[in-house]
Amino acid sequence: MENANKINYLNHPRGIISWLTTLDHKRIGILYLATVMFSFLLGGVFALLIRIKLVVPGEFLMSAEAYNRVFTLHGAIMIFLFIIPSIPATLGNFALPMMIGARDVAFPRLNLASWYIYVAGAVFAVYSMVHGGADTGWTFYTPYSTMTTSSVISMTLGAFILGFSSIFTGINFIVTIHKLRAPGLTWFKLPLFVWALYATAIIQILATPVLGITLLLLILERAFSIGVFNPALGGDPVLYQHFFWFYSHPAVYIMILPAMGIVSELISVFSHKKIFGYKAIAFSSFGIAFISFLVWGHHMFTSGQSDLASMIFSFLTFLVAIPSGIKVFNWLATLYKGSISFETPMLYGLSFLFLFTIGGLTGMFLGALATDVHLHDTYFIVAHFHYVMFGGTVMAFFGGLHYWWPKIWGKMYNKTWAVIAWIFTFVGFNITFFTQFILGSRGMPRRYYSYPAKYEGLHEISTAGSIILGVGMLIMAIYLISSLFRGKPAPANPWNALTLEWQTESPPPAANFAVTPTVTHGFYDYDKITANPKNES
Amino acid sequence: MDSLNNIFMPPQASTVAGDVDRLFHFIFYITLFFFILIVSLIVFFSIRYRRKKAGETTSGIAHNTALELLWTIIPAILVIIIFAWGFKAFIRMSIVPKDAIEIKVTAQRWMWKFDYPDGLTSINELVVPLGKPVKLLMSSTDVIHSFYVPGFRIKKDVLPNRYTIAWFEGTAEGTFDLYCAEYCGKGHSEMLGKVRVVPENDYRNWLATAAAADQSVPLEQLGSNLFVSRACNTCHSVTGARSVGPTFLGLFGHEVQLTDGGRIMADENYLRRSILEPQAQIVTGFQPVMPTYQGILSDREIDALIAYIKSLGKE
Repeated sequence: MENANKINYLNHPRGIISWLTTLDHKRIGILYLATVMFSFLLGGVFALLIRIKLVVPGEFLMSAEAYNRVFTLHGAIMIFLFIIPSIPATLGNFALPMMIGARDVAFPRLNLASWYIYVAGAVFAVYSMVHGGADTGWTFYTPYSTMTTSSVISMTLGAFILGFSSIFTGINFIVTIHKLRAPGLTWFKLPLFVWALYATAIIQILATPVLGITLLLLILERAFSIGVFNPALGGDPVLYQHFFWFYSHPAVYIMILPAMGIVSELISVFSHKKIFGYKAIAFSSFGIAFISFLVWGHHMFTSGQSDLASMIFSFLTFLVAIPSGIKVFNWLATLYKGSISFETPMLYGLSFLFLFTIGGLTGMFLGALATDVHLHDTYFIVAHFHYVMFGGTVMAFFGGLHYWWPKIWGKMYNKTWAVIAWIFTFVGFNITFFTQFILGSRGMPRRYYSYPAKYEGLHEISTAGSIILGVGMLIMAIYLISSLFRGKPAPANPWNALTLEWQTESPPPAANFAVTPTVTHGFYDYDKITANPKNES
Repeated sequence: MDSLNNIFMPPQASTVAGDVDRLFHFIFYITLFFFILIVSLIVFFSIRYRRKKAGETTSGIAHNTALELLWTIIPAILVIIIFAWGFKAFIRMSIVPKDAIEIKVTAQRWMWKFDYPDGLTSINELVVPLGKPVKLLMSSTDVIHSFYVPGFRIKKDVLPNRYTIAWFEGTAEGTFDLYCAEYCGKGHSEMLGKVRVVPENDYRNWLATAAAADQSVPLEQLGSNLFVSRACNTCHSVTGARSVGPTFLGLFGHEVQLTDGGRIMADENYLRRSILEPQAQIVTGFQPVMPTYQGILSDREIDALIAYIKSLGKE
């Protein structure tokens, strides 16, 4: 009860206007959290609709036209409205300034603007939805997307606008990391989550404009019949694929790099052990960010691009595997001789390690040219990227959410329900998507409304898994929301972590720190600094 | 090895399928090794180093140069082997044997058309001789499609503005699924075909009888056959029932109302134009969704369809 009376960023100033005009990075993080989680709910409902339809081949639940819209909305919402902003704009916004001992980001107004731009982009997507929705798939491949009668323009315009919100966040983070570090916080003392956000921001700034230009060209082609991609107008549809993947492959790393950053924090904090290979982890983020710009052609091995191009793209794709592998081995080595506690965030951190390993290793089958020809555009791909995106990014996002939740709200969640939800999520996820590897290697193409009867059994298992996963998500939503009202007050540093955000109160005051902190120790020096019992309240 | 294949892969039915599957197995066992290694370490460390009491001190080891080199170099060597193997097998899949039979594949929403060297065409069924390489010269008339036969392990996109080439040599008699693997709209999952691999003699016989059948059958009968084999019956009825397109019953010799406001007599020239340029004159109340049959039907076949529709127009 003591906390409730204290002035903190949540209770002062009060009123909805103060939230909608806030320049506080923590409040903007929460605005993002609310909208991003709503998008996740929407995308999740569409996902369940897809899975329920696929229980039986042939006509069921919805028409083929409706199904095509539903899987397009699932993909577009999950990618553009959920995963891309999920970690950087919510947890990054909340934690990054505090982790470097700053009072706010470098450009608070730009930060708020990025949220409003996100909302504007989301409005276009919703407009498209109520006007029948787009039926192109989230990839908007031409010439299909220039020929279909569905509302492609509003959907792509939405994605175009959302790009700016992503760029604004990226610029803000780069400048903040350069200019606002606390005294004594040198580059190689930075928390690894901050390094990961920095590498992410570089991709956001350099790759997102290319998507913007591409979608704009697509809109111009549809609206004014300017021939760029549509062969009927003298354009080239494969050019679109090159442009699209030049952004959308690096975008995969916009999604996964921040997740890797969170996992580095979780593994070290909950093993209570110095992170193994700090510089290797930091630099591998940049290695991944750099190579990510040069591998887009691996989405196009069957597109008719030249065999020479395919060979080069295949080779570069395998190069990305090496820094990703280095990270996994470093996390493993951090566990070695640690003092491992299995708090909820760590359960998600270890889940990430398990699931991302499967996602990464199955990428080997897809990077190799001969096997990719068979597996491309089948459920094998669907399974692979869900293991990386959900098994990787979303699991790390949940880990981060449970890690910073006490700091964000000053409240603890119910740990028993958290473990139950985690079991449902982990088990349900694996049943849903491991099945799809087998469906895919047996030849089941993706984006199919109906399918030959021989695939029915595996589809049923996959759908059963998705229901279990959905139950896990529901439980999580319930105990997290109820913790806001009934949760026990959280201490300043419930996990005995060394990074700076835990050195201030939970929830923090509006200015983050009473006094600007001076960094005298390393954030991973668990061998030198024993747990501070004073933090236990 | 065979049991692994039974779980993951459809039965091998082409000369390249064995190559692809051997690489698949190689990657499978390598990744399985690393998966087991990583998961065992997670589990072992989790049990061995679980926190027993609060405030335990831990070691400060953060580097081990030999170990770090090891886990960089070994994976690097392995991925280069996988890359090289994948590339080598891919090149074998790309180089078309010189003696291959060339078949033209035309994809359009939502059907596959095959043109054989001696002028015969078939829809949604590709018949090929066993043990002979077949080259597919492919193009699309609308959006991008992808020619995918899982049993052959081949897949190639079919584009509207250029030709793409695929090839295979069937090694097992039988009928194999053909899927469209690039999303192409409403009928994407219905754009299925079959590849029938038959002994060479049967292939010759099939070509001969199929070709002869067309020439010797009277026009009206041929039109009735084509009505089914060219999939007209998907959208047009001969019973007067309304479908995606207008019924053929009582059509010929009557005026139809067009969406542009005009009226036109459904005569031979109207029917011919509607088959070849289906978007030109749309009957009121129907959507302009019919694909063109330009290049799909020969003149004799168009004559035959008109004769058939004429026979239904007498009432």
